[in-house]
Amino acid sequence: MTAITEGYVREAPRAARIDWSPYLVGAGIGLLSWIAFAVFGDPLGVTTAYSRIASLFAVPVVGPEAVAQNSYWKSMPLKWDYGVWFLVGIPLGAFLSAMISGTWRLELVPDVWKERFGPSVTKRFVAAFLGGVVIMYGARLAGGCTSGHGISGGLQLAVSSWLFLAVMFATGLAVSALMFRTR
Amino acid sequence: MTTMMTILGPVLMGAAFGFLLQRGKVTSCNVIENQFRLRDFTVLKVMGTAIVVGGIGVLLLVDTGNTKYYVKDANMLAVALGAALFGVGMVVYGYCPGTALGAIATGSVHALVGALGMVAGAILYALSFDWLKAHVLNVWTLGKVRLPDVTNIPDIAWFAALAIGAGLFFWWVESTEARQKRG
Repeated sequence: MTAITEGYVREAPRAARIDWSPYLVGAGIGLLSWIAFAVFGDPLGVTTAYSRIASLFAVPVVGPEAVAQNSYWKSMPLKWDYGVWFLVGIPLGAFLSAMISGTWRLELVPDVWKERFGPSVTKRFVAAFLGGVVIMYGARLAGGCTSGHGISGGLQLAVSSWLFLAVMFATGLAVSALMFRTR
Repeated sequence: MTTMMTILGPVLMGAAFGFLLQRGKVTSCNVIENQFRLRDFTVLKVMGTAIVVGGIGVLLLVDTGNTKYYVKDANMLAVALGAALFGVGMVVYGYCPGTALGAIATGSVHALVGALGMVAGAILYALSFDWLKAHVLNVWTLGKVRLPDVTNIPDIAWFAALAIGAGLFFWWVESTEARQKRG
């Protein structure tokens, strides 16, 4: 029995084993938004809470006085509010889903990256780190991310959020075309 | 507020979000990169459905007095610049902030490295906030406006157009994908 299961797992292509339709998932996120609005009065979002947590990491880097006096963190101090607990939940849910579907796997260099830039872990880590710096700086400057602006703002027909969606996708397409161009 | 509402509530909401993101395959760097390369439309399918389903529900909730809008400020220059940086970061990193947190829990080590980059990005933003506030965040500010406000086109027309537009687009994507699978 175990042998049969293992054989099946080996043969099945990994992606094919998560078989939820993307439309079903999108509808689920939409439904989750109803609850977020009606029950909690706090739309889905990630980066506001993320920058609250970042102030904790900033203390050893720039010193506690600099953090305490920083005007941004004054307006957004570290507190264990709805958004921060929401962030704690995201990895828990993703972990659960990966475990149930058997899709948990250690990934150092993703396939698309490997095909284009080779198997170097260092190269991928440097790019991921720099990409992380840029994406979070951009998210804070814009006032939200794919969740806060893209989904929560998009569904409210917010002007700021549709500008965000348009510029984000246009820039992403251009950068992707440059990054993955074939010589 | 009870503990249930202040901690368990948001953790469960986050977990549901993370679960859905993983089931929707958008915690995969490959899926996100291939969206920007126009080879995989999963990201748009999830986001489009979430916006239409979420938006119609939230519109009804607002109209029946069960919630209100939480619209982000339309500081048009800051949103445009931030979104452009976000697009660059998303393609280089291969994740957006929310999907990255989910990906870490499914075994993506490079997502974790990028999450440290995101902490650095948030710190850099906080340190440059005073300058941005004086020079960027105050340019072309429209306030918390929604598309129906600035266009005088009612909500229901926007959602009808969005739903039909998304429906036609996804129908085209699905039939193209089916053709590619056959050929």
